[in-house]
Amino acid sequence: MSQRLDGPLIALRGVTKTYGSGQAAFQALKGVDFDIAAGEFVAVMGPSGSGKSTVMNILGCLDVPSSGEYLFLGEHVENLSRDQRALLRRHYLGFVFQGFNLLARTTALENVELPLLYRGLPLAERHAKARAALDLVGLTGWEHHTPAELSGGQQQRVAIARAIVTQPTLLLADEPTGNLDSERSVEIMQLLTGLNREHGITVLMVTHEPEMAAWASRTLRFADGVVGHDTSSFMGAD
Amino acid sequence: MIWNALLLALREIRRNLMRASLTVLGIVIGVAAVITMVTLGNGATAQITAQVSSLGSNLVIVRPGQRMSPGQAAGWAPAFKEDDLAAILEAIPAVRSATGTAQRGSSVSYLAESTYTPVIGTTPSYPEVGNWALAEGRFFHDGEQRAGRSVCVLGESVRKALFSGTSPVGEKIRFRGMSCEVIGVLAPKGQSAMGQDQDDVVLMPLKAYQRRVAGRRSRQDIGSLMLSVRDGMSTEKVVKEVSALMRERRALAPNESDNFSVFDTKQIADALSSTTRILTALLGAVAAVSLLVGGIGIMNIMLVSVTERTREIGTRLAIGALESEVLLQFLVEAVALSSFGGLLGIALALIASFGLTQAMNLPFVLDVEIMLLAFAVSAGIGVLFGFVPARRAARLDPIEALRHE
Ligand SMILES: Nc1ncnc2c1ncn2[C@@H]1O[C@H](COP(=O)(O)OP(=O)(O)OP(=O)(O)O)[C@@H](O)[C@H]1O
Ligand SMILES: [Mg+2]
Repeated sequence: MSQRLDGPLIALRGVTKTYGSGQAAFQALKGVDFDIAAGEFVAVMGPSGSGKSTVMNILGCLDVPSSGEYLFLGEHVENLSRDQRALLRRHYLGFVFQGFNLLARTTALENVELPLLYRGLPLAERHAKARAALDLVGLTGWEHHTPAELSGGQQQRVAIARAIVTQPTLLLADEPTGNLDSERSVEIMQLLTGLNREHGITVLMVTHEPEMAAWASRTLRFADGVVGHDTSSFMGAD
Repeated sequence: MIWNALLLALREIRRNLMRASLTVLGIVIGVAAVITMVTLGNGATAQITAQVSSLGSNLVIVRPGQRMSPGQAAGWAPAFKEDDLAAILEAIPAVRSATGTAQRGSSVSYLAESTYTPVIGTTPSYPEVGNWALAEGRFFHDGEQRAGRSVCVLGESVRKALFSGTSPVGEKIRFRGMSCEVIGVLAPKGQSAMGQDQDDVVLMPLKAYQRRVAGRRSRQDIGSLMLSVRDGMSTEKVVKEVSALMRERRALAPNESDNFSVFDTKQIADALSSTTRILTALLGAVAAVSLLVGGIGIMNIMLVSVTERTREIGTRLAIGALESEVLLQFLVEAVALSSFGGLLGIALALIASFGLTQAMNLPFVLDVEIMLLAFAVSAGIGVLFGFVPARRAARLDPIEALRHE
């Protein structure tokens, strides 16, 4: 896959997502169109059930749209197989989950090394990169602690280190501060902003809190399965 | 990738060492049982072979009555006479030497010591035919045999019972109201293939035995004949020739069955080791069932593990693990688990079979092949029973797996 620097990083065209079938069918996305350029820091907001997580799953290549097109780096993701999408995730994406999803009884270092393991990096390189990522999120000295020995904010920072250790093109964060108090939340936002500004990582973040969304350069507001409002002047040209 | 999967698997086992050990118990027992059985079976076979060859590899035995199973005669049958021996030696040139034995249990005493032992009357060729060596003294010779001299040779067990420390040669022992001069002691042979003490014996010239030990009615009888076949001659052919000769001497009609039996030591060895083989196979089958149970145990724990670790699997898939990589990880984990069981089983088997062979007085014959096989089988069980759980893990939907509680 060649990176097309001229076009948008992400382009959604008439994306719908229907869960279930027949009587029980539920349309969570009802036709979503937007573009995101490389280097943006986008907040996704909207009431509960409006389809934010659904669109994040599609953007993260974890799921495919029921109809419509999703172009990531110019690639039609909706046509890719399960394993091809896995490889896209491996090489271009980083995830930060609300529930952290760190491996239990596994040290911070080992958790952060995990994506590098799947990239097939040798041990020494894995260690070096994982340490660098942990340094970047301010966890120097905590490498050998397991999640149970870390605070919520520290766990979330380990999760962020794991998401960025591969230098992903796109970082997806679904309510990264949902479990944290406001002080920790601000730390995380500073971190994400820094990654976006200094490392050029495109960040897409779901949040319920306007204070958090304020850190982003653009806000997509979802309502009932469609994008109700987009603060950006940069709109995908159809 | 497989190396990483192995590291992950070992880490997982280390974390749940107790659970892992309990899970593989079935495999441990199965593997240990198989190896122990085979080791004991090998030991028994080796011992039988050694004992039978201690009889002499070119030995043919003739016993009265029809043979039911090795060494066992049934029904009444006429005994042999001394002229049967002479006739066999004359008619069958492949027989190098021949001897006969007649025996009767007696209480034997020396001074205050006494023991109960079979007293055997035989001929001077007995040591040669039966492959016996003398520890001290000598065997009786033809002159003593013909004269019916009252001399005897002791087995090691009898010597031990009657003479502690002192040499028995030249001493006189007493049994059945007669006294008998000890002229030699046999070198010990230990237990026979049938489990008898071959050294618990007093040997004396057949003539003297017939005159003074044998009962009135069986005075001329010889219990069994032992023939030593010349090197390079077929013992099977001798068996056939002896059968034919004995039928002729006893004037048996073609429709009458033999009232004696002829067999060579190879047949005894074969019969005994086939018994051992059947026993080994039977216990092997029991062990196989245990392995199967062990495999199901592994499948069960792997399914539990997949459910427990659903979020972990979701995380791995989200990070970019391929289906095949998750499959491999869990498969390797199952194999590592079952191989771990296999190793424990081998260790247990080594301890158990060493202890048992010592206790049962068998040689400890280590079979590396069966250990490798058992290890391979236990690893194979991991593949077989780990596949279903591993596939379940690999096919999880990452989104649902991540949401799993
Ligand atoms: N796997 C699924 N099966 C059926 N319905 C689903 C599934 N996932 C989501 N939905 C439905 O789709 C709608 C959108 O869900 P989504 O998770 O995208 O909402 P959200 O905007 O992330 O909400 P929240 O802020 O609560 O996280 C909801 O009504 C939800 O019930
Ligand atoms: Mg959500």
